[in-house]
Amino acid sequence: MSRNRRLKLQVFRVVVFLVFGAFFLIPIGAMFEFSTRGNGDAPRTLVAWQTIFQTPDLVAAILASLALAVITSLGMLLLLVPTMIWVRLRLPSLSRIVEFLCLLPLTIPGIVLVAGLAPEYRWLSINVSESILTLAFVYLVLVLPYTYRTLHTGLAAIDVKTLSEAARSLGAGWATVMGRIIVPNMWSALLNASLLSVAVVLGEFTIANLLNYVNLQVSIFLVGKANGAVSIAVAVASLMFAFLLLVILSFFGRPRARVARLEEA
Amino acid sequence: MTTAIAAAGVGTATRGGVEVRLESLQRRYAGVTALDGLNLTMAPGELVALLGPSGCGKTTALRLVAGLEQADGGRVVVGGEDVTGQPTNKRDVGMVFQAYSLFPHMTAWQNVAFGLQMRKVSPGQRRKRAGEMLELVGLSGFADRFAHQLSGGQQQRVALARALAIQPKVLLLDEPLSALDAKVRARLRDEIRRVQLEVGITTLFVTHDQEEALAIADRVGVMHSGRIEQLGPPTSIYSRPATPFVAEFVGLTNRLPGVVRRGSVEVRGASIPLVQPDAADGPAVALVRPEAVTIASDGAAATGPLVGTVIATAFLGATSRVTVDLGDVTVLAQLPTSEATAYPAGTRVRLALRPDPVLIARDEAKAERA
Repeated sequence: MSRNRRLKLQVFRVVVFLVFGAFFLIPIGAMFEFSTRGNGDAPRTLVAWQTIFQTPDLVAAILASLALAVITSLGMLLLLVPTMIWVRLRLPSLSRIVEFLCLLPLTIPGIVLVAGLAPEYRWLSINVSESILTLAFVYLVLVLPYTYRTLHTGLAAIDVKTLSEAARSLGAGWATVMGRIIVPNMWSALLNASLLSVAVVLGEFTIANLLNYVNLQVSIFLVGKANGAVSIAVAVASLMFAFLLLVILSFFGRPRARVARLEEA
Repeated sequence: MTTAIAAAGVGTATRGGVEVRLESLQRRYAGVTALDGLNLTMAPGELVALLGPSGCGKTTALRLVAGLEQADGGRVVVGGEDVTGQPTNKRDVGMVFQAYSLFPHMTAWQNVAFGLQMRKVSPGQRRKRAGEMLELVGLSGFADRFAHQLSGGQQQRVALARALAIQPKVLLLDEPLSALDAKVRARLRDEIRRVQLEVGITTLFVTHDQEEALAIADRVGVMHSGRIEQLGPPTSIYSRPATPFVAEFVGLTNRLPGVVRRGSVEVRGASIPLVQPDAADGPAVALVRPEAVTIASDGAAATGPLVGTVIATAFLGATSRVTVDLGDVTVLAQLPTSEATAYPAGTRVRLALRPDPVLIARDEAKAERA
């Protein structure tokens, strides 16, 4: 590549970085500015941010959403990872069907999902639990399209068949093949899928609201009716949380960041 | 298995080879027959190469021995034990794959130690045995490297060490050299043979590369349409092919139309004896090896069915392959390079066919006439 072309590419990169940085940071900056704005001519204040922790309903909603994010992510990994590995290795003819089923929720509007799920949740709240954590069932369905693609890409990046056959020939059972051989080699995809699950769950409003549960987004909406600055502060905090997760992901997702846990005795 | 390894002692290279029998193995895929009653008996410590074109069933045979696929019929007997129904992880086989198969998140020694860990060998013995195996393949200095820090040849050597570390009853090599460049391939081929002889393990080697099979194996089985067409030492496979398929697949062959008469075939005025002297009279295609064709330089003024023009000479090192155009057919002649240099492209030459017994093909003769 010529020096001139390299320079042009570098300039293009910087411009793209700046434009997209501005696209993301200006609204967040504006939100932060709004959430710290004093009344009238009063100086800047962090009252709205402090109020978050003094609003028990809001704190409960944040904790519930975080718990939902964790449960959904774990549930998704437990359901999808073994299924996808098994389909890839033993039932490749089913891969299209699994893909179709996983992508299906993307085509169904939230309101339609709620219409279908409302009777189930009525039954759940009467017979099992009224806990907001039962939303994890529907969230598990909701995150499937995003996480399927990520895991699919992760699996495609490694030679699952050869690695598993090599491990089997060395005496490993299927559980060992998955836990010790396949999963450690798709760590980055697992983290990506988990992050997407967390992002979807933390940003979900429609289903929780229509099923009368108060999660983070519903709580922001309710608080916003009474105090706009606090609701914006929570929104900024949740965005920053997602950003933090991304940073953690990029740190752990680096190649060779994970080393085998085989004993070093 | 743990007991077996412990009993054999970590310091020893092997437990010794066992007999491996493939009895009437059948395998079909969606109506296509991959293996059609394959029979093969491997003596303890023997290296048998299955050689054949793509789709002949050689890899299927190996995968059935490994237990990676299930046979539709027949038996796999390893060391007197019928293992046909056993899952792969219980079969006690070591395998080296065509694709690089080292676990990417483990170092070389961790890869080698993995199978021992599965067999619950103590950590100390694992480390010792893995070290010995890496030394056996000449990679003791690379123990802490990951797969991406090793060359292709080194990865396959670690894979070989990994397969041997568990002291399997049989070693299966599924085209382990095909992803490597020619020089590394030749070196690693010799390395595999050295290690196999040192360990004394019964080994099944699958390849589509005839040179590889002939160079490494005690016996070569040439496969065609799910069956072994001929099984024998490399020299007999090459010099006494049993069928036209073997003759054409192993080594280069000139296909010269001729006529069979009383146990010999007349080809362009020359009479050559047949491998099967009882062949019926009639048109046929004689399969003549390039080394059975010699060249005389007195073709300039002459005419005749074996007079033609040199159109190319391929330098192969000690020998060269000369391509001669006889008008209706081109013929390959393999000569010492010193001799071949006398016939540059454009030279008129007269060919002579050495009267070595040849095989004939019948169906192709009819097709060519048609």
